[in-house]
Amino acid sequence: MRGAALAVAAMLVLAVGRGAAAADSSLTDEDVVSRLDELLKQSWRDAGVSPSPTAPDGPWARRVCLDLIGRVPTLDELRAFFAEPPHERRAWLVDRLLGREYTVERSRWDATQWAILLVGRTGGMRNNSPIHRESLEAYLGDEMRANRPHDEFMRELVTATGSVRPEDPDHNGAANFLVDKLGDDAVQATARTAQLFLGTSVQCTQCHNHPFNEQRQNQFWELNAFFRQTRFQPIREEDSNRRYGRVVNRDFMGEAGRRVTLEGEERAELYYELRNGRLKVAYPTFIDGTPLADVMLDRGVDEGDSGRLDVVDRRAELADLIARSDEFARVTVNREWARLLGYGMVRPPEDMGPHNPPSHPELLQTLADAFVRSGFDRSRLTRWIVSSRAYQLDSRAGRSNADDDPAAGVTPAFSRFYLRQLTPEQIYDSLVTATRADEGLSEEEADRARRRWLRQFTIDQGNDENGEATTFNGSISQTLAMMNSRVMRRATNLRGGDYDNQTLLASIAWDDTLSDAERIDRLYLAALARKPTRDELRLAQSLLAKREGDVAETLRDVWWALLNSNEFILNH
Amino acid sequence: MRSLFNNTPAGMSRRHFLDHLAGSAALGATALAFGRTVEAASETLRRNHKSVVLLWMNGGPPTIDMWDLKPGAPTGGPLNPIATTGDYQISEALPNLAKLGDRLSIVRSMSTREADHTRGRYYLHTGYVPNPNVVHPSYGSVIAHELENSVPWLEIPPFVSIGGSSEGPGFLGMAYAPFQVDNSGRVRDAQPLVDEERMSDRLRLLAEIEGRFAKQRRGAAAGEHAKVLGKTVSLMRSDQMVAFDVDKEPAAAKERYGDSGFGRGCLLARRLVEAGVPFVEVDFGGWDLHDNCFTQLETKLPQLDRGMSALVSDLDERGLLQNTVILCMGEFGRTPRINGDAGRDHYARAWSAVVGGGGLQGGLAIGETSSDGMAVESTPYSSEDLMATVCQALGLSLDRKFTSLNGRPMKIAGGGTPISELIV
Repeated sequence: MRGAALAVAAMLVLAVGRGAAAADSSLTDEDVVSRLDELLKQSWRDAGVSPSPTAPDGPWARRVCLDLIGRVPTLDELRAFFAEPPHERRAWLVDRLLGREYTVERSRWDATQWAILLVGRTGGMRNNSPIHRESLEAYLGDEMRANRPHDEFMRELVTATGSVRPEDPDHNGAANFLVDKLGDDAVQATARTAQLFLGTSVQCTQCHNHPFNEQRQNQFWELNAFFRQTRFQPIREEDSNRRYGRVVNRDFMGEAGRRVTLEGEERAELYYELRNGRLKVAYPTFIDGTPLADVMLDRGVDEGDSGRLDVVDRRAELADLIARSDEFARVTVNREWARLLGYGMVRPPEDMGPHNPPSHPELLQTLADAFVRSGFDRSRLTRWIVSSRAYQLDSRAGRSNADDDPAAGVTPAFSRFYLRQLTPEQIYDSLVTATRADEGLSEEEADRARRRWLRQFTIDQGNDENGEATTFNGSISQTLAMMNSRVMRRATNLRGGDYDNQTLLASIAWDDTLSDAERIDRLYLAALARKPTRDELRLAQSLLAKREGDVAETLRDVWWALLNSNEFILNH
Repeated sequence: MRSLFNNTPAGMSRRHFLDHLAGSAALGATALAFGRTVEAASETLRRNHKSVVLLWMNGGPPTIDMWDLKPGAPTGGPLNPIATTGDYQISEALPNLAKLGDRLSIVRSMSTREADHTRGRYYLHTGYVPNPNVVHPSYGSVIAHELENSVPWLEIPPFVSIGGSSEGPGFLGMAYAPFQVDNSGRVRDAQPLVDEERMSDRLRLLAEIEGRFAKQRRGAAAGEHAKVLGKTVSLMRSDQMVAFDVDKEPAAAKERYGDSGFGRGCLLARRLVEAGVPFVEVDFGGWDLHDNCFTQLETKLPQLDRGMSALVSDLDERGLLQNTVILCMGEFGRTPRINGDAGRDHYARAWSAVVGGGGLQGGLAIGETSSDGMAVESTPYSSEDLMATVCQALGLSLDRKFTSLNGRPMKIAGGGTPISELIV
């Protein structure tokens, strides 16, 4: 019998352990960014490269809009950007994009990306998937809008219980993360949690020791033990074939039934098989080797290996261990760096560790430390990276850094901005933004068109790793869709009507106050955030002559060509 | 030299567009090495082209229940072996394939290390384990790249993946990416929005914008896009698109291949092989049989049997089997041990692949596994060895090296050794 005082003390420790890390108010964004820049400059000096010059403002604005809100800027947005003084406009735009005005759009984009990380593009798209995608995205949208500290966000996902269906009293959108990963003794729950929040690929060690590093099979199953109080419960929709699920907590008495040690302590065990067929036992132990029993003992709980929820909630303990680990901050900042700069300092981001050292160790640690000090503030992390020198650079190689091309297999030096394919979501939303192709569609029709477009590029591998592939990667299929699809037909529609019901193309073509040159300028700005070159203008003019002065039809051809160009479909 | 800025009213042919793309200096002469003749090649030439059809059992098939049965062993499962026209027995659930046993051989000593789907499918498709610094080309891309010049009339993509994604072209570039279609062969969005002449005008504008950006030293992706544009336009304008139209097949042919996605995919594969496509992959999913393995096999094996046997015999009747390698495998096999959910889990250490056609020796079972199916008890074979065998059958030199983008030389088929018994 534990004394009441001890229990209270344990509760206090618990309260401290569970609370969000407090932000350090002495941490300023300027300090972090200038430290990043110092380290970047040092690394360029060490590598003997001169970074590319600063990217032109227009394409840079396009870049930062694509990254922070998932689409290209509109003409109005570009106009406002260029109205700011040259030395202030970049900071001004970052402030705006990370500020109140764009909260809805930004949080939707962040939610889209997180949903893909958590359940892939196919999660919840099939009738037999227990995921409720809308409720996941709604939950993620709320989290992103609130800029929930990342440790709390992780804790909600890792410890979630409840139904994924919004109409259920125990609804919890966060439960979508684990709801499809609990089968097969929660192998996938273990693997994805480790990849996403610890940057560790433990799943290969499920069956055998990792061939290239010291991760051992026991590490996988000891981490897996944290998920053994967790169960999947199916929910059948009464009048449809749709199935959903809920995540529930249950006491875990051990795979071999209740076991009690000589001292009378309960230990809930699980067993795994070595390749030589021997069975081994595992108790919950964090990846750094800390047994949960020790953690609990420090808190005055003797039976730390018990599987009873009223003694220890293993997932809650796991979330605390993750939040306190060095890996958690490092994997988060590395993933954000990779998202914004094309490549991580560790590649791939889910396989960090001594066997795979970072290209820029000090830079990575500086960001990770700042992220911890900020109280795990994702929005500030984003701001630091997009404000850093590396993010300002042109994608064009200079004389000394032509070899800095990770696509060619070299370690990134971040001395230029690397080209990358836009995601299907970015392309579609950019198309619709740039062209106003959805004018005249109802919200429902617009949604359906978007879903159809996104779906056609995703292939579900139908295996227990929720494997999937995209054909939206610069393929012929993508090119056909860009050239000939319905959305492109709508985008290049010239039909009249009042301004609010017109495509961008029509609004420019039928605006009598504009000269032909201004019209072409606007199309180039809307698609590429730059003005046409003289050669491009000349070509357009020769086409105009061929069309016998039919400006509208000529513009339509120019518009189609712009939207199909490499410059439109790449982030650069 | 044709100017980029002329405004001749004549409609622009495919060749013209390609010339324009090639003309934009950034792409360089090699980027668009279209040494093809537009005229249709003679029937003889067409018949001499070589192809590979990979039947990809996505998820990892239980080869212990298909190609290497262990009757009587505790791991054996409920299926019994039957005799074939070859020198081996296979599952009773595959009676039509049993009749083609002399055409196909089984490699029963496949032994690999990747028992995770993503890593396994990468390894079995490329011969390399995933590496953060290099993206290896899949076998389909390599073979498309190597055989493309042997089919100069081909206007549709040289690597087609039916019903699945296959794996990418890696450092060979997006021009060798698998062109993905569903089992019905439907090519989405293949109809241009405007007429031919207008399309040519548009493509000329596009070539200008495209070329300017590609020559600014921003990285390979900018130039890759121009190449893919060229292939896309070539496809859109080609009469050979009809090869995808599997609906054109008579009812008897559809019946022969079976009314399943896989069956239709096999029929489509035959049409594409006839058209000259060097590499076709047909994806047959749903083999990740962690539970209720045997009830699921009751539907899967008959589909496999019907589609695959129809493909092999149909190619044979048309005189195409001699030049077409058939390969049937997944990313690994499945555990001999049957788990608590009546399923089998991932198992890479000992499994079987089926290979035939293309002049390879049929009727053989190569290698053997222990009586419980847990271990290979003869020379083990790898993904690389299987691929080296296929390359040999296609007449490709195994000394062929590619240079990855970071300058590392990489041998075709990962330096594997052909399985000598299969080479006639």
